[in-house]
Amino acid sequence: MGIKREKILAQWEDRSDMADVISINDIHRFFVIGNQQFEALKGITFAVAEGEFVAIMGASGSGKSTCMNILGCLDRPTRGRYLLDGTDVGEMSADQLARIRNRKLGFVFQGFNLLPRTSALENVELPLVYAGVTSRERKIRAEAALEKVGLAGKERNHTSQLSGGQQQRVAIARALVNNPSVILADEPTGNLDSRTSDEIMALFTTLNSQGITIIMVTHEHDVAAYAGREITFRDGIIIGDSRRAPASYGE
Amino acid sequence: MDLLQTLKVAFRALRTNKMRSFLTMLGIIIGIAAVIAMMAVGSGAREVISQQIASIGSNIILVLPGSTTSGGLRSGSGGVQTLTSDDAKAIGSELPSVEAAAPSIRSSGQAVYGNMNWSTIIWGTSPEFFDIREWKTGSGRSITRQDNDGASKVCLIGETVAENLFGSSDPIGKTVRLKKIPFTVIGVLERKGQSPQGQDQDDAIYVPIRTAQRKLVGSQFPNTVGSIMVKARSSAQLEQAEEEIKSLLNQRHRIVQGKEPDFSIRNLSEMLAVAEQSSKAMSLLLGAVASISLIVGGIGIMNIMLVSVTERTREIGIRMAIGAARNDILMQFMTEAVLLTLLGGFIGILLGSAGATIVSSFLGWPTLISIASITVAFFFSGAVGIFFGFYPARKAAGLNPIDALRYE
Repeated sequence: MGIKREKILAQWEDRSDMADVISINDIHRFFVIGNQQFEALKGITFAVAEGEFVAIMGASGSGKSTCMNILGCLDRPTRGRYLLDGTDVGEMSADQLARIRNRKLGFVFQGFNLLPRTSALENVELPLVYAGVTSRERKIRAEAALEKVGLAGKERNHTSQLSGGQQQRVAIARALVNNPSVILADEPTGNLDSRTSDEIMALFTTLNSQGITIIMVTHEHDVAAYAGREITFRDGIIIGDSRRAPASYGE
Repeated sequence: MDLLQTLKVAFRALRTNKMRSFLTMLGIIIGIAAVIAMMAVGSGAREVISQQIASIGSNIILVLPGSTTSGGLRSGSGGVQTLTSDDAKAIGSELPSVEAAAPSIRSSGQAVYGNMNWSTIIWGTSPEFFDIREWKTGSGRSITRQDNDGASKVCLIGETVAENLFGSSDPIGKTVRLKKIPFTVIGVLERKGQSPQGQDQDDAIYVPIRTAQRKLVGSQFPNTVGSIMVKARSSAQLEQAEEEIKSLLNQRHRIVQGKEPDFSIRNLSEMLAVAEQSSKAMSLLLGAVASISLIVGGIGIMNIMLVSVTERTREIGIRMAIGAARNDILMQFMTEAVLLTLLGGFIGILLGSAGATIVSSFLGWPTLISIASITVAFFFSGAVGIFFGFYPARKAAGLNPIDALRYE
């Protein structure tokens, strides 16, 4: 059992390729509301390399959430190309997209979005359940993911017994467990107090330093400051894309 | 997503709303319990009917006197006494498909013992009658050939007569007066119960046919009989026996081709078919009632599943974002619905069996709970779950993940 565990963990840690993880080119997204057509994204182009930590900034209605939904394969662009890990996801069926979300993406939401009345471990195991992983391997990997976010010993706790920060850590462990290409975080600190926010951002920074690509939507500058790159949206277009040295946490 | 995990999730969902799950199941529980109880009572009733039919005896043909036409006036069936004891003897001895034949003649009258009296039916018959009817003597002895040949004044009495005339005392050897003529009781017949027509078969007295012809029935033709009961050698030979009886009697009664026979032949298995048909019609009616209650129960399931899908929209969104395919969501909700109905079906089977047992012990109705009815009920409840769970499950699977995630 010990050898098997090492092997599973080794595979889980292995990330050899270092190409562009995300590449979107001239993405448009129209919505039809009543008789009116509304263009939420008016030609967005950018690429994210392996190991980057990107913050997407913008006021509400700027198109950043629409862009995030497309990046997360929850929505499809009306026009434009989206390559995830070199694969064009634009033409994929709903079930193929579900598979992509399962294998290549990890989601962290503002409202945590954990299953109620379910233990932390089971929540983290959930993506593996849909990936068809055996129950023994699920348990090993989910425990390892929980340990990684500093929740070792809390596996059996139900989500209602955990604090907001701990719940978000469970959500992060859930996002990590399937060894995704990218973690997509949508306002991950929006429901947390500033101290807990700092802890969560510190965790993201640590994960990023271990090579995990993170794209995060936020409208708080001090949260965005943890990222090494900041993309700013306004009215459906990108108005700023800057790289800088990330702030170290604790400032 | 494997089956075990799906079942686990479904169980947890049902457990979360215990009261609601139970109330939803109630429709199915009542429907299935009704199906089981009704099928049990129905097949019990059928069993009773076939027992009653068997109590008449098997492979029996009844020969009755027919009508005659005199001066253009037709009498009804049995209007003339055309059958004789000799006809019965000939049928019993000459025909290859016939095992035995017994003539009988019917009369009613008052039976008196001491200061007790009882109005009953008095049958004159031959010893073969009790073999044909498969009717044993409970105590004492049966009528013998000697009794018949000698026209002895002896009688066999039914249980009902014995109770009413003698109470708890032993009737054997006592003297009863039938139509003022004293008869010695030689035996009491075993209890036979009701005939398919609801008559008490034990309320009768049997005397040798000769005695009846001479002493009890004031007939102008002393050798005539009321009917002849014939037993065929086997059920396969029933029709052949009928044909043989017909040609024999035609010959004996000199009925030429084209002339209407003066007797009629009835097959008792026709009665069985009628009785069976009526019990089938009853089962069908009960089945229809049960089906309606199951459909109503199914609609209840569908309703609650729709509520559940709406309530758990966010959960569905989370599962989809994490990688659940539409099929996974569909299976999850279908499993929940089927689990609900199967559980309800299981409880219904237990409840229905218990109900049937209680009915049979309190009301004295026989019930029969068959494996077949349980299997049918179980699969039917599963089918209700699949049928009524599909629409809500499809609705859940068709949700847009973004909308589902944002649902408050």
